[in-house]
Amino acid sequence: MQSTKRMLAGAALALALAAPAAAEPVKVGYIYVGPIGDYGYSHEHNVGRLAVDAHFGDKVETSYVESVPEGADAERVMTQMALAGTDIIFATSFGYMDPVNNVAARFPDVRFEHATGYKREHPNVALYNARFYEGRAVIGHIAARMTKTNVIGYIASYPIPEVIMGINAAYLHARKANPQIQFKIVWAYTWFDPALEADAANALIEQGADVIMQHTDSTAPMAIAEQKGFYAFGQASDMIAFGPNAQLTAIIDNWGPYYIDRVQKVIDGTWESQDVWLGMKEDMVVMAPLSERIPADVRAEAEAMMAAIKAGTYHPFTGPINRQDGTPWLAAGEVADDKTLLGMNFYVEGIEGAIPN
Amino acid sequence: MIRLERRPAPSRFWTAATPLLAVALTMVAGGVMFAILGKDPVAAIRTIFWDPLFHPQYAAFSRPQLLVKAGPLILIATGLALGFRAGIWNIGAEGQYIAGAIAGAAVGLAFYPLEGWFVFPLMVVAGAFGGWAWAMIPALLKARFGTSEILVSLMLVYVADKIVAAMAVGALRNPDATGFPGSRNLARYPAAANPDLIAGSGLHWGGVAALLAVALVWLILARHRLGFEVRLAGLAPRAARFAGISPGRLTIVCLGLSGAFAGLAGLFEVAGPGGQIRIDFGSGYGFTAIIVAFLGRLHPAGIVLAGFLMALTYIGGEIAQFVIGLPAAAIQAFQGMLLFFLLGLDLAANYRLRRLRRAAP
Repeated sequence: MQSTKRMLAGAALALALAAPAAAEPVKVGYIYVGPIGDYGYSHEHNVGRLAVDAHFGDKVETSYVESVPEGADAERVMTQMALAGTDIIFATSFGYMDPVNNVAARFPDVRFEHATGYKREHPNVALYNARFYEGRAVIGHIAARMTKTNVIGYIASYPIPEVIMGINAAYLHARKANPQIQFKIVWAYTWFDPALEADAANALIEQGADVIMQHTDSTAPMAIAEQKGFYAFGQASDMIAFGPNAQLTAIIDNWGPYYIDRVQKVIDGTWESQDVWLGMKEDMVVMAPLSERIPADVRAEAEAMMAAIKAGTYHPFTGPINRQDGTPWLAAGEVADDKTLLGMNFYVEGIEGAIPN
Repeated sequence: MIRLERRPAPSRFWTAATPLLAVALTMVAGGVMFAILGKDPVAAIRTIFWDPLFHPQYAAFSRPQLLVKAGPLILIATGLALGFRAGIWNIGAEGQYIAGAIAGAAVGLAFYPLEGWFVFPLMVVAGAFGGWAWAMIPALLKARFGTSEILVSLMLVYVADKIVAAMAVGALRNPDATGFPGSRNLARYPAAANPDLIAGSGLHWGGVAALLAVALVWLILARHRLGFEVRLAGLAPRAARFAGISPGRLTIVCLGLSGAFAGLAGLFEVAGPGGQIRIDFGSGYGFTAIIVAFLGRLHPAGIVLAGFLMALTYIGGEIAQFVIGLPAAAIQAFQGMLLFFLLGLDLAANYRLRRLRRAAP
């Protein structure tokens, strides 16, 4: 008991000594669910962290812990970061949701930013997410114009709204460009498993797909497409190194600008809790350079769509759109509201098969 | 000329000394690796081994966390050790851990939001049953058809991984979460929660269960006929059969016990620190426990020490990542070295060096 008291007194003293003087750098912590070498999701968050380093230089001190399992481990890592004097913590995976809120309750002076979640139980928790479906709409269009077999292979991870929304966005724009289009969807039940993703890509190719899309994080499907002479799209990162001939473009998660903005607000003392869903307009979703193999007219169409989304004049979910069972969802000209999109649990009309449950 | 000679019996001194020596060698080799990575090796090793225990800023928090991390490792490893001693290789504790968590959580969620003292005890029973049942698959296949329990139990880990993912987006999904994966948070449902028994101590029912398991297995090994059978089957399988010990029955008992322990660990984790069934619920406790069992020389007391040592490298490793920027892979390599040196040094326990004098040709 006595020793605990002494320990706490020591901690208090250390914290007091560490209290930010004017020149003290702002400490920024990141926790990643995967290794930064996954060349996918966690890699891009780390690229965002490096952008913060490059932008602020000595004014910030960033650190990270990678491959943190969601649950008790995440809670411990964030607590230790907070105890070590971190000013703002970016928790970059959905499954960190409850741990973030638990730790935020104990450290009201530390700001927490949680990616892709929906729980904000304390004023020091903010939420951020990217409108990846905007990129999916673009690649859906390109895929439909590039395919010769009219079959697009889609490697999906888990049947959750984020993934279903992506399938729908890609399919709607593929069908608009090519009414013959057919989607073959494989549910991989993993976010990252190179061997399994490669198997899925091979299976889709055997079923006649000549363009592969993926909502899993490894570069394996891209490598298979490259090896067999088909097309694919990079996921989360620019995967051109793994498919110099195969990659048509990639949907890049560009977190850097957001991270810089939020850290700047901590420095200025103007940080506030918020819940944002940003897209191409804010450069959170960015497309990799379009492949030379895309013909000029298709390229022009894709660029026009990107420009319209960026300008806010076009929303990829604009009616008329029916649900898979034929019931109307959006009337002509009607735009989907964010709440429906974030909870999307149905296919749009024309997609074959059922969402597994 | 020097040659290796098998000892008539394993050296008691070396059996006890090799874990310490392995830790020391790991520090040296790990230090070299950290130096090559451009980090100060002394600072790195101090951050991993010393700071979680004594750092003024966060040790008060990390010390109880050692218990949180070591508890499931010790509970699982103790069960595994009994089988390992008998030559029964349950490599699939991770799958039994997941199965126990699913079964226990399912029972708890079935009662939601009912409050009642009986909910948590029922979950504990279901957790143990889930792990036991999952372990019975390799056990019965081995007893009946002679299949390899190593392969079957290992393969069932991947099956359990897929089932828990399906549960997280399917049957056990939180109905209030509008399609997002993951179950309700059991830690926030008082009748099903497994919180610290004394707030901030890190000791929840899982830690208590681990201590009971250690005592139980110790007793079995030292006093009970089962312990004798286990040791005999491990040392001399043929003699054991002549002594009337049924290998099938022993397989079922040992796999069943280790499965039930792993299932309990999963239940205490999902209702406590873990909180919910998630897509990636399995985070490797079942595999790490194999290392812990061997590091602890398959002895209950050794396993307690080994569990805390592993927990220390995990927690210290996390701190080393964000304080001095060591990559996670370096920490994993460091933990791997520990097992490598330990197994390598087993040579010293079982063999000795003998200088041979040879007549000139």
